[in-house]
Amino acid sequence: MPQNYIPIFVFLLVAFAVAAGTLIIAKMVRPSNPEKVKGMAYECGIEAQEGSRQRHTVRFYIIAILFVVFDVETIFLFPWAVQFKLLGVFGLVEMLVFLGILVLGFAWVWKKGALEWI
Amino acid sequence: MIEYILGYLHSDVTPGEAGNLFWVTVYVLLVFLGISVGVIFMNWFERKVMAHMQVRIGPMRVGPHGLLQPVADALKLIIKEDLMPAHADKIVFWFAPVCVVMTAFCGFIVVPFGRTHAITDMNIGVLFMLGVSSLGVLGVIMAGWASNSQYPLMGSLRSGAQMVSYEVAMCMSVVSAVMMTSLVTGTGTMSMIGIVQAQEQQHMWFAFSFFPVGLTALGVFAIAMVAETNRAPFDLPEAESELVAGFLTEYSGFRWSLFFLAEYAGMMAVSAIATTLWLGGWLRPFPHLLGGANWDTAFSLVPGLGFILLGALCLFYAVKMPKLRSMRGNLLGLAGFGAFLAAMGLFMLLPGVRTRVQDIFWFTIKVGFFMYLYIWYRTTFPRYRFDQLMKIGWKFLLPISIAVVVLTAVIGVRQELLALLFSSWFGGRR
Repeated sequence: MPQNYIPIFVFLLVAFAVAAGTLIIAKMVRPSNPEKVKGMAYECGIEAQEGSRQRHTVRFYIIAILFVVFDVETIFLFPWAVQFKLLGVFGLVEMLVFLGILVLGFAWVWKKGALEWI
Repeated sequence: MIEYILGYLHSDVTPGEAGNLFWVTVYVLLVFLGISVGVIFMNWFERKVMAHMQVRIGPMRVGPHGLLQPVADALKLIIKEDLMPAHADKIVFWFAPVCVVMTAFCGFIVVPFGRTHAITDMNIGVLFMLGVSSLGVLGVIMAGWASNSQYPLMGSLRSGAQMVSYEVAMCMSVVSAVMMTSLVTGTGTMSMIGIVQAQEQQHMWFAFSFFPVGLTALGVFAIAMVAETNRAPFDLPEAESELVAGFLTEYSGFRWSLFFLAEYAGMMAVSAIATTLWLGGWLRPFPHLLGGANWDTAFSLVPGLGFILLGALCLFYAVKMPKLRSMRGNLLGLAGFGAFLAAMGLFMLLPGVRTRVQDIFWFTIKVGFFMYLYIWYRTTFPRYRFDQLMKIGWKFLLPISIAVVVLTAVIGVRQELLALLFSSWFGGRR
């Protein structure tokens, strides 16, 4: 049913037109007196010492990696979820093995303290 | 032309399925208009409800009972100067709000407001909706990165980590709902319309299937969706006490209001998923307990009568208003609004209209319930710390959602499982 997917493009086009259009309209209406002070990054009233493009805590990367693992897992669950009644006990056992490996990994990650936020 | 339109009103497929680009465009524009009006109304409603929960009266000045306050705010935001930090990445800074709005609205492509009231119906509807709603994090990260300032970057990183963590639990609970669609027919479906029809067939909203299991899945989803949309008590990215305004710090004027629009549209989108998956989508309450033609007619009269009641309420308060010269505009406005609502209610009572409108009405009521919960949470719960937030997401919601998936599967195939166990235990002894 390819025609079911065509509305996505219509919708994206309309959404883009609305968002960009309102920004352009706002640009025509609003005043614009840029100054040096107005262009400074927000920093509690003092001048920013350095830019923000610097290192950040590794926790965020760990969360991202964990997310990839578990989200791919759920994507694999969906095809089985649709057919699980037909696949019956066989599918259930297969999926339990798959889930079991992931849960083991999850338990290990938990034990290792990767989920702690210090 | 009119015949063409009237002819379409009796069709029973979505415009996407019919492949009719004209109706697709009309539906897209209608959905856009509806969501925008919904956001405006939510803005007013949230302030009013929060105010009354905190024993204040909230906006009262602009329009009767502050009804025009959101419009005034939008006007103010349009004519406000829009600042961009000198060191910002100009293109990404400009594109971030556009991207957020596009992704937040896109989810509504597959939301079924009724059997035919959806822009289109895909066989991967739920997956599409989850994918699109999680794309929103991209815009947030873009906003934080492009600002080239400390607070926005920190806020967007937090927001990204938070959305990503709760996404997992959210997807897992959705899996359990998708599994429930296959209970009667044997094959499940991921199309949003198909899911509601499965609930109609099973005579049961999935929230109440396998009694505590469905409700637990809905609970996990209801918590995760609050975190997913960065709302209180999980509004860490915008925690004003620590991060000024999170990724919104450098945004002002209309760019900021695009983020606002996207936030509320996203809230409605996830509420729509929850409604479709667990609360029976457009189905009216008790379709089988109170079945039959008489009850059908009675329930189909509810939307029209509700609107007439609202109109009568507006007129009542217009009459009760102090008779001052300065209040005349407000009085006329409120009375006119009441008359408009009552006229809409009368229109909805027409036999041809009411059968098609009531689906949208029930769907909106259910979504409105979740929206009210959002406001209620915001006034009730204190904000979590970031480590607590991560703990809830990974150590509490994720194990529960995995357990829900396994339980649904085991209960779903219990007969075959029991048969297998019996045959292997007792069959061996013979």
